[in-house]
Amino acid sequence: MPTPLFYLFAVIMLAGGIGIVAMRNPVASAFSMIVSFIGLAALFVGLNAYFVGILQILVYTGAVMVLFLFIIMLLDLKKEEDRETKTPTLLAGIIIPLLLVLQLVAVFQTSDLGDFKPITKDSLIAAEAQLPNDIPADSQIRKELKQGSLPDVNLIGQKLFTEYNFPLQVIGILLLVATVGCVSLSKKLIPKA
Amino acid sequence: MPTASLTEYLFISGILFSIGLAGVIIRRNIIVIFMCLELMLAAASLTLVAFSRANEVKGLPDYDGQMFVFFVITVAAAEVAVGLAIIVALYRARQTVNTKDLTSLQG
Repeated sequence: MPTPLFYLFAVIMLAGGIGIVAMRNPVASAFSMIVSFIGLAALFVGLNAYFVGILQILVYTGAVMVLFLFIIMLLDLKKEEDRETKTPTLLAGIIIPLLLVLQLVAVFQTSDLGDFKPITKDSLIAAEAQLPNDIPADSQIRKELKQGSLPDVNLIGQKLFTEYNFPLQVIGILLLVATVGCVSLSKKLIPKA
Repeated sequence: MPTASLTEYLFISGILFSIGLAGVIIRRNIIVIFMCLELMLAAASLTLVAFSRANEVKGLPDYDGQMFVFFVITVAAAEVAVGLAIIVALYRARQTVNTKDLTSLQG
């Protein structure tokens, strides 16, 4: 991603993040979180992770934040935020993250991780020749790589349903358990007579 | 045109993580604390994707990192659903979401 664009989206993302912490009204916090995640999704797209970027917008901005807003409005939390934050808490909340950032600055000053290798049309055509043999010749992955475009979703799908098949099924069970848990938590408890 | 380096991506995600951490420490509203936790998870996702792009395997990004992000997003979505159900149950029992008032487990 070109540097000016990177900084534009990074600033959008960080401004949203600061908004979550700084806004007194929880609804405003939720909206800053949407801004932050849109910036993050743009950074993902800049890293050639198109599928993850779209997933970030669909799942977080689309589903999770709607759930948050729904709960905030259901509980009517506006009047809850009138208390002052204590100074020691505020100091701890600024100093501990600041230490983390300073540590990061120190580490990145002494290390050189180098630049990304650019993904170009030629590099993708070269990558097609190196694909493992179990991907058939008429597959979408090979077709798109030969044309010089990155079949991001197809490659992730290929990996998900071969190498990561077992974790995928475990995640399925996890979602089922979460659904059952939500239903049982939301049920009104009736005391035994 | 120059492109952003891996170091810049890692630094930005570190800053995002710090903002989330600051929110968890400073804020008293349990729903906002929950949002800041999501922010920290998202920051970790950004490092994973950046490393996946940097570690090329045979000319393509290393998709193991993006798989990890996929699973993180799924688990985070499940976590939000259960967490918000717990918060609603808590609110029904106590009529508050302020962590200062939720100290029954304090010794």
